[in-house]
Amino acid sequence: MTIRVLVAKVGLDGHDRGIKVVARLLRDAGMEVVYTGLFQTPEMVATAAIQEDVDVVGLSMLSGAHLTLAPLVVGALRDRGSDIPVVVGGIVPNNDIDDLREAGVVAVFGPGASAEQIVSIINSLVPQSL
Amino acid sequence: MTAESPYERWRRAFTAATTRQKSFTTMSGIPLEPVYGPPDGEFPGIYPYTRGAHASMYRSRLWTMRMFAGFGTATDTNTRFKEIIRSGGTGLSTAFDMPTLLGLDSDDPMALGEVGRCGVAIDSLADMRDLFADIDLATITTSMTINSPAAIMLALFIAQAEEAGVARDRLGGTLQNDILKEYQAQKEFVFPPRQSMRLVRDTMAFTAAAMPKWNSISVSGYHIREAGSTAAEELAFTLANGFAYVELAREAGLPVDAVAPRLSFFFNAHIDFFEEIAKYRAARRIWARWLKDHYGATDERSWQLRFHTQTAGVSLTAQQPENNIARTAIEALAGVLGGTQSLHTNSMDEALALPSEKAARIALRTQQIIAHETNVAHVADPLGGSWFVEELTDEMERRAEAIFGEIRGFGDGSMLEGCIRGIEENWFQGRIADSAYQLERLFNQGDRIVVGVNDFLEGNDEDDPSILRITNEDEAKQLVRLDQVRRDRDDSRVRDAIDRLIREAAQPEVNLMPALIDAAKAYVTVGEMMSAMAGVFGRYVEVPSL
Repeated sequence: MTIRVLVAKVGLDGHDRGIKVVARLLRDAGMEVVYTGLFQTPEMVATAAIQEDVDVVGLSMLSGAHLTLAPLVVGALRDRGSDIPVVVGGIVPNNDIDDLREAGVVAVFGPGASAEQIVSIINSLVPQSL
Repeated sequence: MTAESPYERWRRAFTAATTRQKSFTTMSGIPLEPVYGPPDGEFPGIYPYTRGAHASMYRSRLWTMRMFAGFGTATDTNTRFKEIIRSGGTGLSTAFDMPTLLGLDSDDPMALGEVGRCGVAIDSLADMRDLFADIDLATITTSMTINSPAAIMLALFIAQAEEAGVARDRLGGTLQNDILKEYQAQKEFVFPPRQSMRLVRDTMAFTAAAMPKWNSISVSGYHIREAGSTAAEELAFTLANGFAYVELAREAGLPVDAVAPRLSFFFNAHIDFFEEIAKYRAARRIWARWLKDHYGATDERSWQLRFHTQTAGVSLTAQQPENNIARTAIEALAGVLGGTQSLHTNSMDEALALPSEKAARIALRTQQIIAHETNVAHVADPLGGSWFVEELTDEMERRAEAIFGEIRGFGDGSMLEGCIRGIEENWFQGRIADSAYQLERLFNQGDRIVVGVNDFLEGNDEDDPSILRITNEDEAKQLVRLDQVRRDRDDSRVRDAIDRLIREAAQPEVNLMPALIDAAKAYVTVGEMMSAMAGVFGRYVEVPSL
């Protein structure tokens, strides 16, 4: 079964180089990628993730607002009864990773994470049906 | 009478210029000429300016060491500004936070978590006053990196300067105000492209008439490159945007020589040393030729491309961040050898967070080392005449011309229309994303090495340097401040100012600057002014594409 990933930009951060590159790398790895565009709210992301029936939500955050916004996305998914895992990529200082994990983010990809690492972790998050 | 040769013209201009030292020699005392080359070759300060915008280049004045700063509240940033001035910075450059860049007040629900984080939060005249408190705006030039709300920020700046007793015609500085690259790369847009261009036109016309020392637009390739373009695309898209603004002014009836001298440029200094130098040399030559031949400019200042440079943020690594000092030094040197007029050097910790004070100081010191220890500023265009650099310069020009042809093609001969249609059809965005992806593939395949990232990893486990932490306290402080402003102002004056703005926004031939200055003085907030205009202009939604 093909893994479906929603990649999203939440809030005001317009840096979209990373998200576009990662989206293409995920496609190269055989995944289906949905991108909803810039300036999304946590609610918009949660709704889209459920409607699109994705396996993983990936947030791209480069403005420093990750501690505020990533937990809101996790919360919005859980409020809607969804257990879709959320991963974060971008500029995240090491000291913030534990806080993000506590808030329910399952993986954080910092600058320099390789395509291989990203693909293998996303693969590991999705239970493979036979 | 025979016309003066380029050499003779250069000699005359150089002789007329003042120099900052009596003599210029190498460290061992060998005397140096201001420029080297054959007498029938090109000279700096002489059309087509390949070798430099000015005849005497850094012998008259070093580049402006303009360090970009802004975080937290206006008071926090004011403290950093004063620190920059104390440690020898010669110009200010304001970084605004995301809500301000998008024209939102700090209490807008979308601003949550972003207030004061990537720059300073400016909601009203009260914040602008705090930002420049005790800084003499008549003597220091100020750059404001803002685009969608650029006209509003200019209005606030004028309002606070006049309050402090500095008339608008004495204000020197630069408004980024380059909206085209927002849609192409930086993505901080609010209104649709054509409506945004009306505001650009208004600021150009207003500053041309009332602010002779003000640069109305800083046409910026920096963000295009950071978003992933190649060097040739950065060069071509940026100059195409510059031509589009010239055409915009022409359509508004402004003579080319009234606006072109007030356009400045802003380029990236990436890590490929010679390619960057070739890019700056080609930029000057292309601009001069187009302004003279296509747009009929006759004032030499219209032909002279002047530019600011910033070292490449994307070249910095989070791993072994101290290595970034070396990267930045090499990039900065390219900017100087390429003849930049001002320079911002990034701090080593910027792949992790906003710069700490110490990291920002080292970045400034890097420029000072280049300026005062290396002697590289003694001779203009020191790489001119290198077979390699000259050929690379020509190749940059050829590639840029090919791209201009494509863009004008979309616009049926108009660069202005071509740039707008290219945006509307996602052409620029797609090309930039393609180039970013190509580069990433090289890197993932190991064909391109980045030290500390895909090779030479020893040392990666060391702790991060101490980085600047922006707490949510600044957000809370700013919300209190904004609330106070709303309570203290005269509501009827606010209503009148907003009504006028809405009325005039609906009349495309009216220049909105006077209404915006009036609104700024009435303490109408940035978000309120933007909403008033959005009611008339609409809001732009980019069609998402991968």
